[in-house]
Amino acid sequence: MNQLSDRLATAPVIGVLALQGDFNCHLESLKKVGATGREVRSLESLHNLDALILPGGESTTMALLLREFNMWTGLKKFTKTKPVWGTCAGLILLSSQVEDGTGAPDKTFEPLGVLDVTVSRNAYGRQINSFEDKVEIIDGAEKLSAPVSFIRAPKITRVGSKVEVLAKTDDTPTLVRQGNLLGSAFHTELHEDTTFIRYFLNHVSKTLSADKGESITNTNSRSREVA
Amino acid sequence: MNIDEQFDSKEHRVHIGLAEMLKGGVIMDVTNAEEARIAQDAGAQAVMALERVPSDIRRDGGVARMSDPQMIEDIKATVSIPVMAKCRIGHISEARVLETLEIDFIDESEVLTPADEAHHINKWKYKVPFVCGCRSLSEALRRIGEGAAMIRTKGEAGTGDVSHAVNHLRKINGEIRWLTTLDEDELFTAAKTLAAPLNLVRWVAKNGKLPTPNFAAGGVATPADAALCMELGAEAVFVGSGIFKAGEDQKEDADKRKVQLAYARAIVQATARYKDYKVVAETSRGLGKAMPGIEAAAIPEAELLQVR
Repeated sequence: MNQLSDRLATAPVIGVLALQGDFNCHLESLKKVGATGREVRSLESLHNLDALILPGGESTTMALLLREFNMWTGLKKFTKTKPVWGTCAGLILLSSQVEDGTGAPDKTFEPLGVLDVTVSRNAYGRQINSFEDKVEIIDGAEKLSAPVSFIRAPKITRVGSKVEVLAKTDDTPTLVRQGNLLGSAFHTELHEDTTFIRYFLNHVSKTLSADKGESITNTNSRSREVA
Repeated sequence: MNIDEQFDSKEHRVHIGLAEMLKGGVIMDVTNAEEARIAQDAGAQAVMALERVPSDIRRDGGVARMSDPQMIEDIKATVSIPVMAKCRIGHISEARVLETLEIDFIDESEVLTPADEAHHINKWKYKVPFVCGCRSLSEALRRIGEGAAMIRTKGEAGTGDVSHAVNHLRKINGEIRWLTTLDEDELFTAAKTLAAPLNLVRWVAKNGKLPTPNFAAGGVATPADAALCMELGAEAVFVGSGIFKAGEDQKEDADKRKVQLAYARAIVQATARYKDYKVVAETSRGLGKAMPGIEAAAIPEAELLQVR
């Protein structure tokens, strides 16, 4: 009984931004692996979270609502230290720069600017070009494979020097990490397979224990694959 | 391929995937690039391109058809959010044209004049997903059986009266709850009663929900209307005339646009935070004149769009 309450007391609470998009799919996949998920719709609901998932959906809508509901600054602060995973639209929100179809900066959209990558929105094309695939994730000695979907997906066109590329699809980075931040161009939450959500929970516990005083330098100095 | 294999196909999962990305938000009817831009700036998660908003179709009468491809292309070039467009029920060729235009979602819609009085489109044959309207579980499961990747209610379009969308949401959700109470031996008769594919009836009985996202549409005119649909279990909201027919009392176009933008933003916010009534109250404040309404119950049966 004590063991159970210990586990419950220490199990991280994972928020899922729920203003728009496929937040329910993320909450369901957290449930599938026994993790605690919470809907985040206000600044107050960001408090007492250990980690956050920014779901897929429409980045323009989410960015607008984050500002209108006065959550932008609080979210940005959260992304500075806590483990965060942005999927598709979430990746666009985290990115440092967004470009349009011609490769020019997209002046209509200002991202959070915390993950040092440039993304091109809808670069894989319209819905008719959306597809399923399998990705190989290589993280140090760890090798994983997971089914994923690219739905009107953004393309990562530039990777900053502190960013690690953990997966590629057709030579383009599709999963990246910068310290506490993970960004993926693809969705894993649309699939029954739980490989990736377990990988994320592992990222959460590593980041949180590093935060408690254990060295975080390992994460930052890991050898970087060139895009 | 049997229907179960079709459901498990990569193509169909990718179609449903886009529908999942469109939960929790608002899809707005627009008739030109300028309106599409306003919709996107207000936080629309997608736009529906059509030649006239439903209240104008209702007023003008005549045959309502697919929009001009040029107008659809203009809208596609203007916004980065998904663009949907309507084809007439059973109009295979309009649907193929929209597919060729790489529309993100096709709405096989009762708002347009049906092209085929007996058959809907076999939606399994297309590379882009379809949304269809329904008033009951029976209709929803037939449309899903035909390959629809998203279902929406068929609230009476162009009226600004949300009551029929409410009826449909209540009915579908009630029928889903009823199915979950049945014994497996009773599902054969349930499928007969519903006139729906048995495998889908079994799926719903087991999972207690539709196998596709379930959105609300028809008659949504205010932020509180949108919040009500979400409260009743809709997973997102379509707004037609509610936005670009607001502010009709304003003389200047610029003032009209201001009211429309205010409605659009307010409906988006109320949908995202539908259980936070302070937010719904705040967004509803001082919006200006809502679209003129028609009581859906006062419309003669023959003039209802939803029976199509």
